[in-house]
Amino acid sequence: MIRAIRMRVMGGTSRFFRIAIALSSLWLVLFALAPNALLLLVAFFTRSDEHFVTPVLTLDNYIRLFDPTFLTILWDSARLACIATVICLLIGYPFAYIMANVRPNRRPFLLFLVIIPFWTSSLIRTYALILILKSKGLISELLTMLGITSGPVSFMYSDFAVFIGLTYTMLPFMILPLYASIEKLDRRLLDAAKDLGASSWRAFVHVTVPLTMPGIIAGAMLVFLPALSMFYVPEMLGGAKSMLLGNFIKNQFLVARDWPLGAAASSVMTIALILMVLVYSRVSRRGVRNREGGRGSGGALRSEGGMR
Amino acid sequence: MQDAIIELKGVSKFFDDACALADINLSIKNGEFLTLLGPSGCGKTTILRILSGFEKPSSGEVRIAGICMNGVPPEKRKVNTVFQNYALFPHMTVAQNVGFGLKMQGLPKDEISRRVAEVLRIVHLESFASRRPAQLSGGQQQRVAIARAVVNNPLVLLLDEPFSALDFKLRKEMQLEIKHLQRKLGITFVFVTHDQEEAFAMSDRVVVMDQGHIAQIGTPEQIYEEPENLFVARFVGEINILEAQICEVRESGQYGAIIDGALFPLRSRHTFAQGDKVMVLLRPEDLKIGAPDETDGPCLAGVIEESVYKGATVDIFIRLAGGQRLMAAEFFNEDDAEINYNPGEKVSVAWVDGWEVVLPDDPGHTDARHGRD
Repeated sequence: MIRAIRMRVMGGTSRFFRIAIALSSLWLVLFALAPNALLLLVAFFTRSDEHFVTPVLTLDNYIRLFDPTFLTILWDSARLACIATVICLLIGYPFAYIMANVRPNRRPFLLFLVIIPFWTSSLIRTYALILILKSKGLISELLTMLGITSGPVSFMYSDFAVFIGLTYTMLPFMILPLYASIEKLDRRLLDAAKDLGASSWRAFVHVTVPLTMPGIIAGAMLVFLPALSMFYVPEMLGGAKSMLLGNFIKNQFLVARDWPLGAAASSVMTIALILMVLVYSRVSRRGVRNREGGRGSGGALRSEGGMR
Repeated sequence: MQDAIIELKGVSKFFDDACALADINLSIKNGEFLTLLGPSGCGKTTILRILSGFEKPSSGEVRIAGICMNGVPPEKRKVNTVFQNYALFPHMTVAQNVGFGLKMQGLPKDEISRRVAEVLRIVHLESFASRRPAQLSGGQQQRVAIARAVVNNPLVLLLDEPFSALDFKLRKEMQLEIKHLQRKLGITFVFVTHDQEEAFAMSDRVVVMDQGHIAQIGTPEQIYEEPENLFVARFVGEINILEAQICEVRESGQYGAIIDGALFPLRSRHTFAQGDKVMVLLRPEDLKIGAPDETDGPCLAGVIEESVYKGATVDIFIRLAGGQRLMAAEFFNEDDAEINYNPGEKVSVAWVDGWEVVLPDDPGHTDARHGRD
């Protein structure tokens, strides 16, 4: 019966349906698929001083990526993004857990706190961070006032500042998918674990963590991938010391005018991204299968991903 | 008292200001199958959650195996629960689910797998060990939930309406299976249900609960045949209530009473004085219907109002001369024409001497009687 109703509804709006799908497909093909395809193509072209690229096929750009300078940048970026992801997870999980466990009428407020930062451009928020972290900035003045430090201290231009910036910018992307999966967790399973002799901690490790793994993976990916390529945060807070993958790609396009090399580096990142999405969808599909009634959190990435 | 595995002494429980349990005293014998029976909200599940440790009593003491359990968290009690919706871990296989408690105890792996295999054999699930709960039927999930609890050799197994999600036929099967399992394991079972048939079919003793109080404790036969109050009588099946007045006090609990103008001999464990109003409780299957002139003892005159065919039995509704409506149940017998009463037919109603239950008059009972009319 439900199928009959759905078919009737779809039949009645089929023209709207087709136009809507066609429009969004066109949009994605023009502005997402085409640039990426061009990028993949450009990565095999040769650099040219006059027209940026000449259509001479070569593998040289990829070979140039094996240069130790680039490998160091890749390693540093991965390390930094990884640490930022772990910090986001460590801060985000307790917050999401509390948000999912407070009385339902208090949840909108906490959710509100997570969403407020989206009202301001993250670029502007990063500038605001500079005001807080710089010498004679907010923290520095506070420490001087409390007598902890004798003079002004700066937290700028360090890995520490970059971590603060990345964590601050990326935290909502960690919290939202985590909240979605923790909120769906059946509390009776925790009762069952305790009934069978598990302490709160072991119930958390053996029941809560595995069952919220799709949310953890979704959050980690939503943080890790942008953190890898977010060039302005390391540039503004880390200074010249932190050359990361995002900065490297940006520099190839805008400073060094070496489009093919930038494209090659960019495609390496795109491929890494696709691989990770594949891993995620496999994990979350297993999650769906494990749940009765198939109410898995496989949608967490897709729904929250749309917020960016 | 060595025999008691669980003792509740003056246990009360308040949620905010609402009283869920009021001064409960209950002793559960080792190896017994005890059922907490009552309508929803009567406090039966609260007792279970106090035994498992998920709720703390507001006052009173809970002892398990002689040790006071007040303040002991669920994970430190030698008590396991079969939850209403099973609460199986969806990310673990059947074997991992069943072995969870043993793993938490820190037993070696080979002992865990040996004991898991053993208990899965008992519940006939040995070939499902590597499946996940979502791949099992409702009845199989139920068995996993039971296996997961009993594998820990608990002192007491608590079952919270475990069959509510099963269909009628499967439920009957599982009732017998659980009963046999309990006899085999010798573990004390505390079972919660609102279904009196289920309670009677499985239990050694039944505790009938009403609004946070214990209404009666007894064997299924005692509960059904000798209800101590109107609530129990009504809750565990159909009952007819006749108003009577004591007119004669004879020796040792025997009385003569006027019902609808006729004198009946009554027996009761209660003490009454001449002129007391009482209620006479009769189960539908205890009533005998005959032709108006055919009975030799005292009887009530009435008119058939309706008869309802139920398959094995026929429910017959009779309007008495005094206006009251009775329900009688007779076994259906195709060869016996006598049972085919037509509406409007005059009959006499009597019962086997001594099968009645006599209780002091309770003004509240009339509401329900009129409700049934």
